[in-house]
Amino acid sequence: MATTTTNPTLSTFEAALDDLGVESTRTTVEDFATTLDGIVRDPAVGVSLPFDVEYPDSVTVDPTPADLERAATGVTPASYGVANYGSVLLPSTDDGAELVSLYPKLHVPVLRASDVLPDLPEALDRFGDAARAEDLSAIVATGPSATADMGKLVLGAHGPEAVHVVMLDE
Amino acid sequence: MSKGRGDKAAEIRRLMATEGPAIEENTKGFNRKRQEAVADLENYEELRDRAREIKEDAIDRLPELIDRLREAVEDNGGHLYVADDAADANRYIRDVAAENDAERMVKSKSMTTEELEVNDALAEDGVDVVETDLGEWVVQLADETPSHLIAPAIHRSQESIAELFETVFDPADPPQTANELTSFAREKLGERIRDADIGMTGANFVTADSGTMAIVTSEGNARKCAVTPDTHIAVTGVEKVVPSTDELSPFLELLARSGTGQALTAYVSLLTPPVDSPTVDFDDDETPLSERDSDRDFHLVLIDNGRMAMREDDQLRETLYCIRCGQCSNSCANFQHVGGHAFGGETYSGGIGTGWEAGIEGLDTAAEFNDFCTGCSRCVNGCPTKIDIPWINTVVRDRVNRGKEPEGYDFLVEGLTPDEEPGGLDLDKRLFGNFETLAKLGSATAPVSNWLADTGAARWALERVAGVDARRDLPEFQRETLVEWFGNRVSTVSDPTREVVLYPDVYTNHVQVERGKAAVRVLEALGVSVRVPAVRSSGRAPLSQGMIATAEDHAHDVYGSLAEYIDAGRDVVVIEPSDLAMFDGEYERFLPEASAERLGEHSYEIMEYVYGLLENGADADALRAGDGDEVAYHAHCQQRTLGLEAHTVAVLEDLGYDVLTSDVECCGMAGSFGYKDTYYELSMDVGDDLAEQFSTPETRDRTVVASGTSCLEQLDALLSRPSTHPVELIAP
Repeated sequence: MATTTTNPTLSTFEAALDDLGVESTRTTVEDFATTLDGIVRDPAVGVSLPFDVEYPDSVTVDPTPADLERAATGVTPASYGVANYGSVLLPSTDDGAELVSLYPKLHVPVLRASDVLPDLPEALDRFGDAARAEDLSAIVATGPSATADMGKLVLGAHGPEAVHVVMLDE
Repeated sequence: MSKGRGDKAAEIRRLMATEGPAIEENTKGFNRKRQEAVADLENYEELRDRAREIKEDAIDRLPELIDRLREAVEDNGGHLYVADDAADANRYIRDVAAENDAERMVKSKSMTTEELEVNDALAEDGVDVVETDLGEWVVQLADETPSHLIAPAIHRSQESIAELFETVFDPADPPQTANELTSFAREKLGERIRDADIGMTGANFVTADSGTMAIVTSEGNARKCAVTPDTHIAVTGVEKVVPSTDELSPFLELLARSGTGQALTAYVSLLTPPVDSPTVDFDDDETPLSERDSDRDFHLVLIDNGRMAMREDDQLRETLYCIRCGQCSNSCANFQHVGGHAFGGETYSGGIGTGWEAGIEGLDTAAEFNDFCTGCSRCVNGCPTKIDIPWINTVVRDRVNRGKEPEGYDFLVEGLTPDEEPGGLDLDKRLFGNFETLAKLGSATAPVSNWLADTGAARWALERVAGVDARRDLPEFQRETLVEWFGNRVSTVSDPTREVVLYPDVYTNHVQVERGKAAVRVLEALGVSVRVPAVRSSGRAPLSQGMIATAEDHAHDVYGSLAEYIDAGRDVVVIEPSDLAMFDGEYERFLPEASAERLGEHSYEIMEYVYGLLENGADADALRAGDGDEVAYHAHCQQRTLGLEAHTVAVLEDLGYDVLTSDVECCGMAGSFGYKDTYYELSMDVGDDLAEQFSTPETRDRTVVASGTSCLEQLDALLSRPSTHPVELIAP
């Protein structure tokens, strides 16, 4: 499953993230906890990940709403990446992935490196199947939240002011 | 009548001074970024075609799609309500609020809810409605209306927002910088969102197959409004329904690009409500999110409010293809100077605003700002769904004209009103729309007519009665028309390489006769046999005034006169770009398809034609060479829309001229627009950018060259040095 660094879709994704000012880190299942520990700002909260990985102790998994409000970082799974836009597709789940990705100032989406798709139509194609079959809701998130309404571009409006994408080689 | 015009002129003057500078800076910024973002997209035209196709299909099948959507939403556990009008929608929304004992509702920006004035309706029940989009919140705090479809507070500067926050909240440490203002707003709004009982959003698109709504935002407020309170009401127009999620991507790829020049906005929420996210009470420090319940209530309110009738209207239907990106506002020179508070109706503003207001509010509301569209067509190439926005504006103008009762002063214009047009037409419209008749009369009686028209008494009367601004120089009619001049001479070409008909547009024929003579000399010098027959005017002047029936009548006559020449193998060469744009565009609506195509295919702009001749081996030495002469060139709006600017530049450069091209949106004159006393100052304000560009140390000594009649007139008014048509420059 491990992908080589020469994968053009992944390089496009990394370049697009870079253009958006979004940091990205690739890691393995074994190194995941250590890697994540180095990325999150305290206090950090997260929702369970559909990957075979362990969270570091620094992240409170399945937080209470009060934990969430105090959190500086939210870690959530992403279903896909969209290479050309540097977007991640964030599924809304009943353990609060949408809220955890939205309220803290730093959002860390975690996705499989192999789930980076070349373009938006492909990502929407997969989303559509899930929307029809399971009423799935998701967010196509591209960079941090931003506003230009106050006279200049400001990062971090209602949502996160920073995003750090973690790609997992399984 | 004149009092109304005076009030409007005063309002325009006020907005140009107060809101204009911020609007100009912001819209031009969006526009620049759009051009870059679109250039990055390899399949841009393909996406536009696809978006158009999806919209045509969706509007065509709308009733069926709404039925499918209802099924999907109800299967998911939500409610769908189709409201006939604003009152119906508001009643439903108030009922939902009452059932939930709602004290506060938080809203994310939605023009559709502006259309309903839902905030006022809820306020009557004591519900505190808070806008959460930062720009919309500013507008709400200031008790204003949005001035742009996607950037509601575009008219406000950072300083004025800082002052507003200080006045409203009187904070101990008033925020000043954009960062401080943003955090201040985020904090205030964050408190209100967590205490809200209901969240309300719009929806940019709704898919019939799954009941999924796509909501596009950058700030993340729509996400918070949709999932923080446990009741979500989404409100949108029926026209936003598309068949399936597969159809979303062209729109999503075009929407932000066309509006703000971003590739994608930060968030596209694809919500298939009721969503699975647990409901949240931030004081709860006991229950993990996974154990909290996600019992949510969802209502989708689709509003008709005139849209289904627009669907049945062959001319207004296209308006429903609008995805509200705001491109037609950003690319419009007039909008850039006055914004949506002048160039807008009850709700919608900008180029497409006329179509919306005509369909939703009625012709009276649309009439208030319809004249701001000069038909320059600069918005046409940027519309993501390829809506012919100027045409919609012309149709609305025509309907406004027809809806009017005849006014006084009819005796003054007896004979100026063709049978096709209603008697109630505004006098200024009738005057400009029948310019051909005036021109004929003017030439026949020149120079007396020119002298007479220029007297103080005549100017006073023209302004008082017909709204022709006395500060404008009037065109000087030539005694000998181009057609007459041509008829009295002998051709210099014996063995022609090609044969053309030079179209004698009304201005070239009666006023700018010299550019017509120059065109004949250039063509003949390149070995082309020329004829200049008497042909009726293209109909551009009546079309600009919304006199569609008259314009159509001209189209039939023009085609009738030219068809025979085309059949005989002659090309049609046109000097005036706005007339070529008619042949190429609007004539499709007036003539049988084959006729319009035939004329369009065989018609060329004069410099485009010269370019073609030179490319095909004609001898450039026969023309007047530049030898490094420096020129400042301003292309005509419609010429640029047609992609014809490059030909003129190439010909001039080939001949050795040093060409500098203007990069402003428009000269501001726009046909009759700049003559009207209501718009004169706006016209000059728009033109200032061009004047400035041609007055810098690098440009001020350059010979000024422009392609359009209006542009030449405006440049003459703006600059102290004369301007000329490129063909006059190169004529031997």
